[in-house]
Amino acid sequence: MSMTPLTATAGRLTSEGEPLNYLNNGHGLKSWLLTKDHKRIALLYLFSVSFFFIIGGIFALLIRINLLSPEGLFNPDTYNRIFTAHGIIMVFLFLVPAVPAVLGNFLLPIMIGAKDLAFPKINLLSWYCYVVAGIFLTVALIAGGIDTGWTFYTPYSTSYSNSNVLLAGVGIFIAGFSSILTGINFIVTVHTMRAPGMTWFRLPLFIWAHYATALVIMLGTPVLAITLSLMALERVAHVGIFDPAMGGDPVLFQHMFWFYSHPAVYIMVLPAMGVVSELIANLARKNIFGYKFVAMSSLAIAVFGFLVWGHHLFVSTQSIYLGIIFSFLSYAVAIPSAIKVFNWTATLFKGSISYDTPMLYGLGFIGLFLIGGMTGLFVAALGIDVHVTDTYFVIAHFHYVMVGGSLMGFLGGMHLWWGKITGRMYPEYWARAAMVIQFVGFNLTFFPQFILGYLGMPRRYAAYPPEFQVLHVLSTAGATILGLGMLITIIYFIWSLKNGERAPANPWGASGLEWRTSSPPPTENFLETPVVTWEAYEFAPIETMDVLGYPGDPGKPSQPVPAEHGTED
Amino acid sequence: MALIETETAPERIELHAEHHPHLAHHFESMEQQREAGTLGMWWFLLTEIMFFGGMFLAYTVYRHIYFDAFAAGSNVLSIWWGTFNTAVLIASSLTMALAVFHAQMGNSRKVVRFLLFTIILGTIFLRVKYIEYSDKFEEHVFPAGDFRWPIEHEANRPNNVGDMLLMLIGAEPLNSSPQGPEHAFSVKVTTKYAEKGPYYGVGGQVPEEVQDPGFGGHVRMYFWLYFAMTGFHALHMIIGIGLLLMLAWQARKGKFSREYHSYIELTGLYWHFVDIVWIFLFPLLYLVDRHL
Amino acid sequence: MSEHIVPKKIYYRIFGALLVGTALTVIFAFINLGNFNIVAALLIAIAKALLVITFFMHVKYSSRLTKLWVAVGFIWLFIMLAITMTDYLSRAWLVYRP
Repeated sequence: MSMTPLTATAGRLTSEGEPLNYLNNGHGLKSWLLTKDHKRIALLYLFSVSFFFIIGGIFALLIRINLLSPEGLFNPDTYNRIFTAHGIIMVFLFLVPAVPAVLGNFLLPIMIGAKDLAFPKINLLSWYCYVVAGIFLTVALIAGGIDTGWTFYTPYSTSYSNSNVLLAGVGIFIAGFSSILTGINFIVTVHTMRAPGMTWFRLPLFIWAHYATALVIMLGTPVLAITLSLMALERVAHVGIFDPAMGGDPVLFQHMFWFYSHPAVYIMVLPAMGVVSELIANLARKNIFGYKFVAMSSLAIAVFGFLVWGHHLFVSTQSIYLGIIFSFLSYAVAIPSAIKVFNWTATLFKGSISYDTPMLYGLGFIGLFLIGGMTGLFVAALGIDVHVTDTYFVIAHFHYVMVGGSLMGFLGGMHLWWGKITGRMYPEYWARAAMVIQFVGFNLTFFPQFILGYLGMPRRYAAYPPEFQVLHVLSTAGATILGLGMLITIIYFIWSLKNGERAPANPWGASGLEWRTSSPPPTENFLETPVVTWEAYEFAPIETMDVLGYPGDPGKPSQPVPAEHGTED
Repeated sequence: MALIETETAPERIELHAEHHPHLAHHFESMEQQREAGTLGMWWFLLTEIMFFGGMFLAYTVYRHIYFDAFAAGSNVLSIWWGTFNTAVLIASSLTMALAVFHAQMGNSRKVVRFLLFTIILGTIFLRVKYIEYSDKFEEHVFPAGDFRWPIEHEANRPNNVGDMLLMLIGAEPLNSSPQGPEHAFSVKVTTKYAEKGPYYGVGGQVPEEVQDPGFGGHVRMYFWLYFAMTGFHALHMIIGIGLLLMLAWQARKGKFSREYHSYIELTGLYWHFVDIVWIFLFPLLYLVDRHL
Repeated sequence: MSEHIVPKKIYYRIFGALLVGTALTVIFAFINLGNFNIVAALLIAIAKALLVITFFMHVKYSSRLTKLWVAVGFIWLFIMLAITMTDYLSRAWLVYRP
């Protein structure tokens, strides 16, 4: 197996003598706001997504502070607006875009050996749609918020709520558009722009995961769009399409809403699973066990994920017979996820594991997703769901998969590829400490919530009976610790931009085309189109791996050439 | 994106100069670019299937639950206008396909001509929709605002081709003025549904003891779906006509050629899709329980 | 997608077929077929849509992948409609009789 070295960044320097890469290739606000470079767009997304994550996190802390005492701190109406804000922001402005729009945008073309995504201008448009969506939702919040819950159940949202439902609906509609544009780009790029030799089964599993995610986005998000449109029209016209008093069926709204929103959770978790495959394979320096099974399981999750939405309607007037079918299918959809977990674990066996931060996040994902997924099976059982639906049990379940799963995946990916993206390494020991703090804080926050829910604490309640207080206090303590852990991560990431160690092209000795170009990469990703002659996840002894350095490395051609300033297209 | 001249890679500069002026820099060939564009447009159309699909779902559910109300509402629509519009849209699909054909031949003048035909036919469609919508407002079956059921006063409906053409240009029809509640759909509705129950009024005169306030509400839901579905459809047509106008302009300036005309093909795909949506809307909205 | 040029006369024939289909749709609407009216109308509409897709949209001359995606789109729509309608059709099965 030969590892053909690709050209180094040598030969191309900025006027200051720095290596020319996508970050210093063109300066000024216009070169960023009008960029067509997928890597810059990924950074634009990173800033906006992080901003909304922090806002959503603040709302989470407000929730937890409110629940410190049984009487609650806020009045119920305000509390409704707080948890709705938390839900909408975290789901639509963070979890759905985070991994695909930041890591996917940055890495997908590089991993397949392409120069950019298929439609760079549409990529930029998708970011602007996201920003506009964020503005709409921010305005909705400032104008007093929404009190319907992020699920907008009718007829409350259409006929009775006097909060800013319309504004929020429009904002989420536009966010959906952003998502769809990204999805189109991903699918077309993977189909038509793979480098020579990059066959489907040589693709990194990150790509398979994002491909499957794009499928889900395309087929599901439009249904959310039409649901919100009908809800908005209903709010304006009051025809009764979702209002039982006028002959409509509120469960129809729920069917349509969850037809998207269940696959949406797979939009949130599949990309993170793709990241985990990269974390485990590269930090254990071993090919993913059962590569094809893991690849196919991504597609299986995408398909099956569309067949289970009714498990959100178990306690509605949905037909019980259909409920049984949905329950059975919900068990079936767990199988491909389980296949992934088994395969990751088998990958670790006899691997050369280094317990650096990315691996820690990968392991954290596996453990926490396991708990989250299993508790999902608990609620998929009709009898149990009658007992725990709309309680903290469900909240704990989905936070385990969303935070313990998706967020850990996102953070793991950020650490793995931070050097590639920014050209700087993060401080390893601080990162490990932060990860452990986050892990402890997370479990302390959400494990008590399983117990709370089982004991009967309902969700979305501002006040509760005093016997639940101890568990709530534990949960809030955990949230504080989790928040602290996140703060540490944010701080050292920012610190590393100026003070971190310079990242070599391949700090992990990892496999994948992204490691065969400089850190950060040049604007065109590669200086020559790579020709792939090796399988996915092939690792050689680390000493023999061709690790690229900077101009000036012995043996590399190095010709300082004054660059044309701002040559970005 | 100019590459820096280095001693090691002068051949890249020559390659750079060779490629088609419309080849984007991140693609390797025109073929790849066209393939990507086509796949992208197909995927966009799939999202549109699911978008309209949500409304088809709501329609299916409520037609199942409130069939009689849907039948009553559907019988209010004019079959003449509906059939005419369907034929117009199908014709516009033909002219669009022919525009693509001529683009493949490289004949810019004919491309412009057939794009213009498509635009004209699309505009006629929208004009008919405007007439139909105005009728609904006049008859007070627009679901928001002052909705009244049963209909008290029928708007003018054509019942022959000549009257249709006259009404298209805004002139008065010769034959189609209703002559009282015994005429046209009111007659059909009364005789057909009289035995089904007291839901269907003649000229607004439903006997008081058998009035069902809920029924009007259900008919209102039918019209809500009618306006939502045809409204979103019309919105897509307006966007399509806008795109076609831009294309016709560009074709006239000579932008397209035998090797490069993908925007025309892609817009054609979009236009045909909009036609397909109408192919389903027509029987579902206009032809519910029409037989006597 | 290879540049297969469809001859004009095929377009004209398809156009004719579509008009015939439209006429049939209207004719059948006025014949009392009971529950089969909607079936007939939908079958004709599906046939017309298939003609537009296959010939006007060139799917007949497109790659297998394109054909797959078109099928997937309609299958997904069908999934959404069929499963949701199963709810409404089976709700009445479980009727509480005291």
